[in-house]
Amino acid sequence: MKPGSTFGACAALVRRDLTLIWRRRGDALNPILFALIVVALFPFALGPEPDNLRRIAAGVVFVALLLSGLLALDTLFRGDYEDGSLEQLVLSPHPLALLLACKIAVHWLTTALPLLLVAPLLAEMLNLPHAVLPVLLAALALATPLLSLIGAVCVALTVGMRRSGMLLALLVLPLYVPVLIFGAGACNAAQAGLAFLAPLLWLGAGLVLAIVLAPLACAAALKISLS
Amino acid sequence: MNALTLWFHKIGSPPTFYRIAGAFAPWLFGVALVLGAIALYGGLVMAPRDYQQGDAYRIIFVHVPCAWMGLFAYAFMAVNAFIALVWRIKLSEILAMASAPVGAAFTFVTLVTGSIWGKPMWGTWWTWDARLTSELVLLFLYLGVIGLYHAIEDRRQAARAASFLALIGIVNVPIVHFSVNWWNTLHQGQTVRLMGESHITGAMVWPLLLMALATHIWFFASVFARSRVGLLELEGGKDWAREVALADAGDAMVTSHV
Repeated sequence: MKPGSTFGACAALVRRDLTLIWRRRGDALNPILFALIVVALFPFALGPEPDNLRRIAAGVVFVALLLSGLLALDTLFRGDYEDGSLEQLVLSPHPLALLLACKIAVHWLTTALPLLLVAPLLAEMLNLPHAVLPVLLAALALATPLLSLIGAVCVALTVGMRRSGMLLALLVLPLYVPVLIFGAGACNAAQAGLAFLAPLLWLGAGLVLAIVLAPLACAAALKISLS
Repeated sequence: MNALTLWFHKIGSPPTFYRIAGAFAPWLFGVALVLGAIALYGGLVMAPRDYQQGDAYRIIFVHVPCAWMGLFAYAFMAVNAFIALVWRIKLSEILAMASAPVGAAFTFVTLVTGSIWGKPMWGTWWTWDARLTSELVLLFLYLGVIGLYHAIEDRRQAARAASFLALIGIVNVPIVHFSVNWWNTLHQGQTVRLMGESHITGAMVWPLLLMALATHIWFFASVFARSRVGLLELEGGKDWAREVALADAGDAMVTSHV
């Protein structure tokens, strides 16, 4: 049988993933609800004073989205691993890194992008100054794909395991530290009236690097754990 | 095959390495203990008091060599992880995985001694200073490697996956260091240099360098001892492992008769 074009394979994969997610569209709400609840816990723990909340708002929104993305990571390969289609993907004649990049992109579109859309709501709940909101959104727009890409590499390493949740957190969170520092740092600098462009540019540079390297690393990791 | 490659292949074969490491490890442990004791005497008794920090500074003779070893062990692990992934050499997998717990222990000791030192100097056990934080992240990276290694059933696949994580980590270590520095710093700057003038007096430098040597030797002794166990576990079904086990059982029988 003659294999189709690489572009055709990518398009088919994207269409399949999107269809699968659309058929279970209720699940797509879960990360949003999780982030909402996490953010709502902070006023309970720290007290409702607006000044207090305003100071930590950007950081809390960042951490809530990061944790929500961490929980969503597990679904990236879980279903495909269980029904065997992940092995077919690895065996396909098309470049695995490219196919995985498509999967990661779809995963980001369906789990992180909705979070990005509710981020203004979360920020408003914590009284984030309106002037900082564009910086927060820009930082999140750069940081969430970076988190998805880094997370995908780690999730590929744990793909065959039954209960990988805690281990995945242990693997992923140290790698998330720089992203968090630059992302939340940009927001805090903006809130303090300082220059915030430099950390955003660093995030952008990291994202460009990760877009190129992470799918390759993800493919290598997947081959190790499926070998 | 030329002599050097032959030698290299020979060393890399599990039974040979098992024998050589077994012969070296006790000596290395002994030398490390003696050198460490001399360095401790030099550091705790002979070195002069610091004009600012008094006697409290003397913890650097443990703290600083351990901090160096935390990084050295990671580099050693990463180099072996790279060799293990590229050339699939069994021994490198074992060495990389054996150095992870040792490196984690050194990093842990660094954090503990650092916080004991921080209490009188900075007035707090823990502060979110740049170096403390990157050391903590380093410890988490070690724990991730160890955790992943033990979570996978198949030993060789586990070693390959954990090796891959170690390599991702080594890309991340400089990034973490840089980002955390940018974030916040309080730690004192570099005071010991191999090139050029050190900022501390010679009576303090020699115990420090001797202790660094002792910890390096201890590291290799510990890695050798651990990798011997790892090799036996991995090669349990092979002839040479059976011979080793039978020889040990024979020894035990002889001693029990005596």
